[in-house]
Amino acid sequence: MLAAVLTIGGIGLVAAVALGIAAKKFAVEVDPRELAVLEVLPGANCGACGLPGCAGYAKGVVEGTIAANLCTPGGAESVEQIAHILGIEAVTADPKVAVVLCQGDNQKATAKYRYLGLDDCNAAQKIADGPKACPGGCLGLGSCERACPFGAIEMTPEGLAVISREKCTGCEKCVAACPRQVISMAPLDAMTHVLCNSHDKGAAVRKYCQIGCIACHICKKTAPEAYKVENFLAIVEYEHHLEAAAAIGKCPTKCIRDFSTGYPQGSSYPAPSVPVNRDSAA
Amino acid sequence: MVELLLILISAVFVNNFVLARFLGICPFLGVSKKVETALGMGMAVIFVMTVASVVTWFIQYLVLIPFGIEYLQTIAFILVIASLVQLVEMVIQKTSPVLYQSLGIFLPLITTNCAVLGVAVLSIQKSYSFLESVVFALGAGLGFTLAMVLFAGLRERLDLCPVPKAFRGTAIALITAGLLSLAFMGFAGLVKG
Repeated sequence: MLAAVLTIGGIGLVAAVALGIAAKKFAVEVDPRELAVLEVLPGANCGACGLPGCAGYAKGVVEGTIAANLCTPGGAESVEQIAHILGIEAVTADPKVAVVLCQGDNQKATAKYRYLGLDDCNAAQKIADGPKACPGGCLGLGSCERACPFGAIEMTPEGLAVISREKCTGCEKCVAACPRQVISMAPLDAMTHVLCNSHDKGAAVRKYCQIGCIACHICKKTAPEAYKVENFLAIVEYEHHLEAAAAIGKCPTKCIRDFSTGYPQGSSYPAPSVPVNRDSAA
Repeated sequence: MVELLLILISAVFVNNFVLARFLGICPFLGVSKKVETALGMGMAVIFVMTVASVVTWFIQYLVLIPFGIEYLQTIAFILVIASLVQLVEMVIQKTSPVLYQSLGIFLPLITTNCAVLGVAVLSIQKSYSFLESVVFALGAGLGFTLAMVLFAGLRERLDLCPVPKAFRGTAIALITAGLLSLAFMGFAGLVKG
């Protein structure tokens, strides 16, 4: 009995002393500001800042090797808190969200062949440049939906990715996951977009998609400031996005969409509210 | 020498700790979503098992048996292994931040893992010599890593497969684990013991 108590007690004591000494001797000093910054970060470990995880970003910010406004999921709120912790001035980046520049679901766009492979856009793209006749359109196999750490992307029943403007934090994971670069980042307050990603000429687009941009330049003529047409594809100039809405009704293929009137057909998301831009509201 | 090799092969394949003995199932299911993390966990387990078997062998033969208190084996081993792992974690954190990044986060997870304790207790039960118990622990760790990496590879592929809705998630993981265990049972005829 005594031997048992003494032995276990002895082992425990030796271990405790050893650990106590080790804790002093091998103590790693962590900057308390680093912990504070880590607290205010969202902890999504999404990598949007370009560093591995929130801990890596907190370290970089405190050491001053990286800007304090790169955490897109945290947004302006976390930038301000970080700035407060570090005693620097907050320079918030304009919030951006991802937009799928395509409305050509399986009903509206023609298929090149019947794809029965892995449920993954990157795999499908490797077979004759994807199963869609359109070289730029959404393949609809949901690679971006799986890449999104915030559940902000849904696939419509007809195979089109739709990104919720309210849930998207702008981490750009989906941009990296898409093999066709159909997802682009645009300012959160810009509601009007040309939802097409095909650089083919109008005649070719008409053959494979009912709702693609045919580069007719009507939008450019209606609102010259708000649009540019490059390589047979109209693009909204986001600095003048407020004027872009004027051309929506004029577009012959209806590929320009104002998101405040609702998401593309088939989406279950309710129409998003128009965010108030801090600069223009003031 | 042949004896040592037999112990090693037997611990890796025939009596694989995860797939034949059902020890260490928790990290096997928990940390096996990616091959990379599975490998990190495996390395940590190999390391801890080997170190733990060295220390527990000395505890058993130099402390517990001379004082006649073998019945305190379990609690003494847990105490020693837990504090040892804690100590190793501190040393690694200070001396090699890179190694700590890849290994460190797994160390606290396995302080009282049943596979680690199992190795220590089993090598005492089988009355292995010092060298034998080290080889046994090494084999057990290698077997654990092998099972982890194989399973993680399978799960990575499963993520891309059209799994029926009812089977998605843990259900299909457990079925896969069962099939993998079935496959490892095929090694049973390889070495006797």
